Amino acid sequence: MKKEWPLWEIFIRGQHGLNHRHVGSLHAPDAEMAINHARDVYTRRKEGVSIWVVESADITASAPSDKGPLFDPAEDKVYRHPTFFDIPDEVGHM
Amino acid sequence: MPSLPDMATPEAERLAQEAAQPADPHITDVALKPALFDWLCRMGDGALILGHRTSEWCGHGPALEEDIALANTALDLIGHAALWLELAAEVEAQGRTADDLAYLRDAMRFRNPQIVELPNGDIGRTLMREFLYDAWHYEMLLKLRDSSSPRVAEIAAKAGKEVAYQLDRASDLVIRLGDGTEESHARMQAALDHLWPYTGELFTDDAVDEAVAEAGIAPRASELQGPWDATLREVMGEATLTVPDRRADVHLGGKQGRHTEHLGYILAEMQFLQRAYPGAEW
Repeated sequence: MKKEWPLWEIFIRGQHGLNHRHVGSLHAPDAEMAINHARDVYTRRKEGVSIWVVESADITASAPSDKGPLFDPAEDKVYRHPTFFDIPDEVGHM
Repeated sequence: MPSLPDMATPEAERLAQEAAQPADPHITDVALKPALFDWLCRMGDGALILGHRTSEWCGHGPALEEDIALANTALDLIGHAALWLELAAEVEAQGRTADDLAYLRDAMRFRNPQIVELPNGDIGRTLMREFLYDAWHYEMLLKLRDSSSPRVAEIAAKAGKEVAYQLDRASDLVIRLGDGTEESHARMQAALDHLWPYTGELFTDDAVDEAVAEAGIAPRASELQGPWDATLREVMGEATLTVPDRRADVHLGGKQGRHTEHLGYILAEMQFLQRAYPGAEW
């Protein structure tokens, strides 16, 4: 039997209306204790109003070696940025 | 954002604090003073000594996450102690501060129940003690919210939220370890059996309890027995642990200043700096 507790990724919502953000990871035997640990480790200074925990093993990540094929093609496609429109003055700041 | 001290009114902070505090005739009631002072020391010393014991785990916790959780708990308790002892010093009105009470009183002047001064033992016994005390602490603070003393009610409201979390956490861990492996179960049962004869003191009334209860400030110690028993039975049931079928009121006297030998060692460590270098600050 593995003696080490599994790893959990911790997401905290800083304020109402904001998204949960990844803040780090910790070890815990199950989800309930992961929440308790997250409260004790990551919200000591009033950082949050809500906590999500996800077991790290349940996250499927892109492979770092695929970085080239995945992301490089976007590099020379500046036209995908919405910066080629003339915004009428009446619209003001966008 | 922390504000800078007001140069024009050096006392602004104190004045603002006074203005923010609700009027409370109990605080200056001369007839009530000895009992109220003692009772406030009981609340403060219980939190202070348990906080100190809990802080002994700092850097030694069984897992990094538990280590931080225990340190948080210790800091919460020491925070409660500061609030109670500040009020005690104010009631005493002899010019002593909360720090004086914490760092310059001798063991026989401490009013904590004996259960909090016992050595930690293993993590199982530490958590069992935390649970037994938290379950009492939670009920006490709940009742104190309706205190006839607004100052007491205010502290209880603030501390109550932290203790509610502490009780949740301790209950969860006691259940996990009690209903865990053969070894963890045996250790938790041994912890409960060991601590059991110290629990009765939490519910034993004396003249101080009677006086503050009469003034409507706090419940009698004995009034908390029922709700505490209910929490105890529920959690121990789930933890598959057996509540001892023996008397719980065996080791008494902490509330009156009669302590086990262990308190002296705690104070020696806790008070060393102020005793050796009086008035030292950092």
